[in-house]
Amino acid sequence: MIGFLHQTLSGLATGAIYAAVALALVMVYRATHHLNFAQGEMATFSTYIALSLIQAGAPYWVAFVLTALFSFVLGFALERLLLRRFAEAPGLTAVGVSIGLLLIFNALSGWLFGFTVKQFPSPFESGGVVLGGLVSAHEIGMVGVTLIVLLAVYAFFRFTPLGLAMRAAAANPASSRLVGIRVGRMLALGWGLAAVLGSIAGMMVAPVVFLDPNMMFGILLYAFAGALLGGIDNPAGAVIGGFAVGVIENLGGAYLVGTELKLTLALIIIAAVLVLRPAGLFGRIVVARV
Amino acid sequence: MPALLDIRDLHAGYGAGEVLHGIALSVESGGVTALLGANGAGKTTTLRAICGMLPRSGEISFDGARIDAATTEAIARSGIAHVPDGRGTFLDLTVEENMRLGAYIRRDRGVAADIARFCALFPVLGARFHQQAGTLSGGEQQMLAIARALLSRPRLLLLDEPSFGLAPLIVQQLFATLAQIRAESGIGILLVEQNAGLALDFADHACILEAGRIALAGTAAALAADAQVRRVYLGY
Amino acid sequence: MNARRTALWLFGAALLVAPAFLMSGYRLFQLTSMAVYAVAILGLDIVTGYTGQVSLGHGAFYAIGAYTGAILMTQFGWPYWATLPAGGAAAALVGYAVGFPALRLTGPYLALVTYALAVAVPQILRARALESWTGGAQGIVVTAPDPPAFLPLSQDAYLYLFTLAVAALLFLLARNMLSGRQLRAMIAVRDHALAAEAAGIDIARVKTRAFAVSAGITGVAGALGAIVVQFVAPDSFAATLSIALFVGLVVGGSASLPGALAGAAFVQFVPNLAETVNKSAPGVIYGVLLVAALYLMPSGVAGALRRTLPARLRTSTSPGKATPLPNKGATIHVD
Repeated sequence: MIGFLHQTLSGLATGAIYAAVALALVMVYRATHHLNFAQGEMATFSTYIALSLIQAGAPYWVAFVLTALFSFVLGFALERLLLRRFAEAPGLTAVGVSIGLLLIFNALSGWLFGFTVKQFPSPFESGGVVLGGLVSAHEIGMVGVTLIVLLAVYAFFRFTPLGLAMRAAAANPASSRLVGIRVGRMLALGWGLAAVLGSIAGMMVAPVVFLDPNMMFGILLYAFAGALLGGIDNPAGAVIGGFAVGVIENLGGAYLVGTELKLTLALIIIAAVLVLRPAGLFGRIVVARV
Repeated sequence: MPALLDIRDLHAGYGAGEVLHGIALSVESGGVTALLGANGAGKTTTLRAICGMLPRSGEISFDGARIDAATTEAIARSGIAHVPDGRGTFLDLTVEENMRLGAYIRRDRGVAADIARFCALFPVLGARFHQQAGTLSGGEQQMLAIARALLSRPRLLLLDEPSFGLAPLIVQQLFATLAQIRAESGIGILLVEQNAGLALDFADHACILEAGRIALAGTAAALAADAQVRRVYLGY
Repeated sequence: MNARRTALWLFGAALLVAPAFLMSGYRLFQLTSMAVYAVAILGLDIVTGYTGQVSLGHGAFYAIGAYTGAILMTQFGWPYWATLPAGGAAAALVGYAVGFPALRLTGPYLALVTYALAVAVPQILRARALESWTGGAQGIVVTAPDPPAFLPLSQDAYLYLFTLAVAALLFLLARNMLSGRQLRAMIAVRDHALAAEAAGIDIARVKTRAFAVSAGITGVAGALGAIVVQFVAPDSFAATLSIALFVGLVVGGSASLPGALAGAAFVQFVPNLAETVNKSAPGVIYGVLLVAALYLMPSGVAGALRRTLPARLRTSTSPGKATPLPNKGATIHVD
């Protein structure tokens, strides 16, 4: 029973990471109707930036904020300088470009920061064991930071004029232009915010899984599974889906398939959602639309 | 005084097919120009061309400045509000959010008061303030679209078939409201309308589009008195 | 077929066969594995190029074909040539199962589920439960076939010619398949989904069948690859293989059969060359070229050639001419 509880809590902790990345994916998907396969590698690259800042002597939270800012600029600039040119492109091109970015960021991470596995500091380690050893201080902190960020994102979209404009631009670009919203800029903002979410997920998960150029590879897949489970066009669903996938992964890994087939579990979740409920738990039905 | 909106030799179309073959029209400050014509004559295309929603060439001046090369969002920001064909409702957002988006370009403090005013004007919008706009009926969405357009405090309003889908009584109310707003704010209106009688009553000037060209233009009263216009468009 | 075309065909065939007699060792092996990649990319082309559905998991089908072949040869004593259809069938079956749920839907679902497949398959191959079949992380060593006694050829040369023959056969099959009704249905599905549906084409079925055929061809390539490399192991089939095939397809030119060849040359030679510069260089080059290719020549190398070559030459060198549409703006609208 203790083991089960431990696995569940630990699953919720990694689920927080999946939730953040899933939300990033859904944000880009809603605005562009394309999946950003490079989301994970961009996050890894940002995490390396954070490590460099920390190694250069920056206090953790300063590095954290600077990295988030850097990631925002990175995402924003990518959209403005590169992706904008492919805005009207068909699915093959869109997937191709994001795969291209995946390759570039993966290679850049290795090139600039090396291929060896690196340790990444946690700001929460000092607290030691929490809740009778069921979860680590870092896991608690990881969930806390992610929840704060997710709430901030929610508040931004729900309560600010800019957030409203971004939602409008994603849902209905033509009408948005007619009310004076600069749709292109909203798209770039969305990419920037998605990159920020990814970078925070990267910085939070790196102390657990260690940092190497392929760190986010599997995490991206779980985030996809979470996003699909919650509904690929539903931000709240993606967050819930991310947490759910974290728990499923941990319990499934512990009691069903073993850790060596954990990634297969993501494939099974994705396939199962597509077969049973393609719109996800909270999304809209997309079957047989042409 | 120069016209608020002045269009000369406007060509526009969709891809390879040109729909407008060099039209000219103008809207006076505080005036109403009606644009009449059969289906497919190019009325909606004219409004879209003004807003930069499709490729166009020619001269479009708004308030003395050329806008024929500007983007749609820049045109909207310069003070032109468009109630588009199909209403352009943000279906996933609430009525309130739709209205707030209408006022997106405003930076003054009067937005909340204006929203309250339009809720009073169109009570159904107030009653459904927090509902998704997609749940509104067609007529209700039309009111929302007009409220959204006016909330930007435009100097020029482009109306594409505002009476479409509305009950006659509501149409009367709507045009009374528009007249009131026009009297208060001195807004110019370019009105595309199937209901020619209604449009000519409301407008000071009118143009008749036929196959992408202006076939007839003049004061609304003169057109309403024209025998051919009466026969073809007014049906008496 | 007039004399001129016949001459060109013979010349082309001679050009392809010649290396078997002029080269040996590693160089010949490289050409052999390039031919294998060409078949794998041909498979991918059928679904991604012709139906506009993106697959990021063809490395997995390649792996399924390779393992099927290797297991049949080592544990069941099948002759090497018989493993090719079996490897293809196994991959086609998995392709059908994975493709069916995704292809009922409009959207990026196939890309997603195939990506998951690409990431998961190496793990499955490594799994302890399957170790008695797959050899776990160690993989399976396959004995290369000896040339038939009546052929005075080295083993390398024979493998090259055998691969070439299989590749030629599959290209011809694909060409025939892509020249008739089937192709028109596929292109209609790609470009005008709604109209295709109205015309009575069952879109999901056309797509799923195309996907199964596509996975099957790549599976044959996998089985072929197992024979050529004489070794299969999970690490050979990481997700990067799927991505490499995809890059090869795009850079070579989708919806074009010669494009598969160009893509195969790219996949075979570019990473090796780039790796001499820097361990990261292949990734950067792949990524940059992929994005650049999509931007500059949306129909790939083959498409660029098709536009620049004189029409006279084109008719004989471009069996893919049945698909005049470049892929820009030519897929099902994803909404």
